[in-house]
Amino acid sequence: MSGLSDNVGNYVILASLIFTIGGAGFLVRRNVLVQLMSIELMLNSVNLLLVAFNRAHADNMVGQMFAFFIIAVAAAEVAVGLAIILSYYRLKSSVFTDEADIMRH
Amino acid sequence: MTAGNFLFAICAIACLCGALVTVTAQNPIRGAMGLLTTIFGIAGLFLELRAEFLTAIQLIVYAGAVVVLFVFVLMLLGPDARAPSRSGRSAASRAIGGGLFLLTSSLAMLSVGGAQSTLKGFGSAKPDHGTVEAVGKLLFSEGNFVFELATALLIVAVVGAIAVARGRQGTLRKKKIVQSPRDLFAGPVRPRDAEPLGTEAAE
Repeated sequence: MSGLSDNVGNYVILASLIFTIGGAGFLVRRNVLVQLMSIELMLNSVNLLLVAFNRAHADNMVGQMFAFFIIAVAAAEVAVGLAIILSYYRLKSSVFTDEADIMRH
Repeated sequence: MTAGNFLFAICAIACLCGALVTVTAQNPIRGAMGLLTTIFGIAGLFLELRAEFLTAIQLIVYAGAVVVLFVFVLMLLGPDARAPSRSGRSAASRAIGGGLFLLTSSLAMLSVGGAQSTLKGFGSAKPDHGTVEAVGKLLFSEGNFVFELATALLIVAVVGAIAVARGRQGTLRKKKIVQSPRDLFAGPVRPRDAEPLGTEAAE
């Protein structure tokens, strides 16, 4: 039995699609908030990949432990990132990355 | 189509649609809702992959904390969060960067999709694979040191976020100390200190 849901290749394709969408969004969009959400998409896709490969090699649970720590690091990153966005907005009254030119030249 | 395949299809479609909405929405609130959809889809896939503990953590941390934090910041920023950017000087570099990334990642996806995988189906797993009890035992035995490091990271991140977001309000709002009655007045105290008439008009 090898359906949609018990084949690692399907999960690899799905995770790489989500990662591609997130990476393209991070590179193309200028809104810092949308860029931070794109980073979250990429982290989520990597988590999905870790859990899928852990299910394929189900004799241990190290992959799920890794995903747990990635979620912890992502939570810390979002807290600090949003604080930096608030600080930047207070400075420039803008949330767009191409107006962040205080340290240019 | 079995129930597992149906759940996979639903969750995959939710993930992809949510990711596309996140990236393309002009209003960041819609982007946050797309991110929420993606997170719910990935939680469903975790359930499918027998990771019940991670499903709960995903829903609590991402849907409960991260997305709510995004929405709070969007509310704080108000309409400025979706105002169009005033300068367009990075358009070429963004187009080149995004195009190159899409090209390379689609090439990588083609090579991955065309490869013959030796991992066809999932084998049998232990009955406690991915349960809260099993993952918790692993976290507090093998991953104990890393777990403590993660707690330290979260504490430092929260303190740093408060320090960065508060700014320098404490030093700027220092109370003005009145040492003489002259400190109470803004203008010149004696008439001869005043600037001659007409000079402030010229300035």
